[in-house]
Amino acid sequence: MRESAYLVFIILGAIVAAVGMGAIVLKLIGVNPFDVYKVILTEPLKDIYGITEILVRTSPLVFIALGIAIAFRSGILNIGAEGQMQIGIISAAAIALAFPELPKPILLPMVLITGAVGGALWGGIAGYLKARMGVNEILSTVMLNYIAAQVYGFLLRGPMIDPEELTVGSGTPQTIRLPRTAWLDRLIPGTRLHTGLILALVMAVLVYLLLWRTTTGFRLRASGAEPRAARFAGIHVERSLVIAMLFSGGFAGLAGAVELTGVHRRAIEAISSGYGFSGIVVALFGGLHPAFIIPSAIFFGLLLIGADMTQRAMAVPANMVLVLQGAIILSIVSAKTFLNDPYTKDRFMRRMASFRLPRRKKKTVSGLGQGGPL
Amino acid sequence: MNPIDLVLNILTIGVPFSVALLLASTGEMFNQRAGIFNLGCEGIMAMGAFLAFLPPFFLKDALSPAMSNMVGLSIAVLAGAVLGILFAVVTIFFRAPQGIAGIGLQMLGVGIAGTLFRHFVGGVTGVPGIANFPIPFLSKIPFLGPVLFDLNPVAYFAFLLVPISWFILFKTPWGLRVRAVGTHPRAADTMGINVARVRFQALALGGAFAGLAGAYLSLCQAKMFADDLVAGRGFIAVALVYFGRWHPLGILGGSLLFSIAQSFQLSVQVWGIDFPYEFAVMLPYVLVIVVLALTRKSNKRSPAALGKPYNREKRV
Repeated sequence: MRESAYLVFIILGAIVAAVGMGAIVLKLIGVNPFDVYKVILTEPLKDIYGITEILVRTSPLVFIALGIAIAFRSGILNIGAEGQMQIGIISAAAIALAFPELPKPILLPMVLITGAVGGALWGGIAGYLKARMGVNEILSTVMLNYIAAQVYGFLLRGPMIDPEELTVGSGTPQTIRLPRTAWLDRLIPGTRLHTGLILALVMAVLVYLLLWRTTTGFRLRASGAEPRAARFAGIHVERSLVIAMLFSGGFAGLAGAVELTGVHRRAIEAISSGYGFSGIVVALFGGLHPAFIIPSAIFFGLLLIGADMTQRAMAVPANMVLVLQGAIILSIVSAKTFLNDPYTKDRFMRRMASFRLPRRKKKTVSGLGQGGPL
Repeated sequence: MNPIDLVLNILTIGVPFSVALLLASTGEMFNQRAGIFNLGCEGIMAMGAFLAFLPPFFLKDALSPAMSNMVGLSIAVLAGAVLGILFAVVTIFFRAPQGIAGIGLQMLGVGIAGTLFRHFVGGVTGVPGIANFPIPFLSKIPFLGPVLFDLNPVAYFAFLLVPISWFILFKTPWGLRVRAVGTHPRAADTMGINVARVRFQALALGGAFAGLAGAYLSLCQAKMFADDLVAGRGFIAVALVYFGRWHPLGILGGSLLFSIAQSFQLSVQVWGIDFPYEFAVMLPYVLVIVVLALTRKSNKRSPAALGKPYNREKRV
């Protein structure tokens, strides 16, 4: 009972801290934080369109978060999902545009796999640099993000631009529309919800199996948990790092390919729009476990749509999402110490116990540690 | 254009570029010497850049330009220190993993700066900013004058901070304590040094430096604020600490080399060698990766306890 009360107290504390930091910023720009949070959390759920849009955001978040979970669990912090996703998008688009005459059962898988391979190779660079040269993977993936953004922009503005944009002269950096044979089907006609969501759910199961039911997964997790011990046990830790980054980048690239073939159906600018970073928050919020990443991705899909709505309805700048995500990351990583470290937990419990004694005499009911419904 | 003018041009553009990197990187050096890997530098710089920009933008009628610039700089430095302390709370008090926490701080800083900017200012707007201050006589020296002695006051201050940082880090008791808690916190603790306190101080100092670096960007270099003003300089600054081997002089060399490479890239673009500008823009980022890969041997000289949270109660 006391254990669970402790858990609930820490989680509540983390939520209050994150929501509070957001509220301070909202207060500063002169809006009522409660109203904003209410709009974010309820407005998107009011009609079928809002709900499907949440699920449209969910699929790329699930893919990316799965990849990030694999990397984090293997002891390599992949911050480069944004760039890996862009490389995935552009390579998937290139294949789809190169072979428009192929039948759908061949072309569509080929496009998705190419996207994944593109992202995997891009992520693999950081993995290789870390394994062979000891380059800090956070710095290299961040730099690769900036580089990927330029590569993406260059290809969209140059070699891969829709020729019509040049003849008309509008010059919007985008490719021509993908052939229909490279489209993911829509699940509900009239909305943008596509079959990529099903693929995301399947992938979540596969990642679970990979991490906990295969030797490779065991090696990855062992390298992440205690590299020295893993090395003594005969695991090639450096190879595990590269494998983890290949998987991680591959999932980010797949997210890009799915977003491309399911939603936009042509490569446009800003298609990845921060999914790579939101994916990190989703993965952490989901405890780096596929089963919890799915609800976590749905929640952040809701957050993204809700923030869009507050921008239109209440003139709250969309950058607010970044504030909330940053605050959530800081709260989660802080709370984890309390949850995982038995020493901290012990001391906290003792202090709480000493607080409780005088209160009990007064017979006031406090929720904490009282063995209530929790 | 003759070669001397070309070099002069590259240097007069490159040297001012280096200031923001130098400031942020020196601050980050103090963090890392104390054993904390602060990736939130980017976010702190964004906040510093935005807050420094506010007083000259809003109070231009109430205060004299010099006064409003001073207020802007002070606010940026203070806010930087506050964010540094926030990071200290998360990584020292809560012992959170520093890499992820840094990304969180980066999102928070960039997000807050962007949100407030969009709300209060709206679009990209210029400010008069702080003008260059040519040092009398010295700035008249041919070649060296325009490169080294016709700079922004903040730039002089930044270059002055290099020997000062060296002195603080290697010649004062506090510097010794910083290096001690970053190398072997348990030994330092045994000798009666309050590890958490020294790390808090180092993070506040590093944050203040990063805040000033941001202020330099908005008030002195760009003389305006935009959402993406910092553009990864915070991360580059962190990389430069590795390149500079955790030493103020190395960092000075790194930031100069880096910014001169960047101004070279700009010159190439201006003088009409035809290649896609995207490749010019990505050059600095490629350079960072190459530099990090080539300096791997120096990583052995990194502070031994870098990135490891210190827990007094844990058994060894």
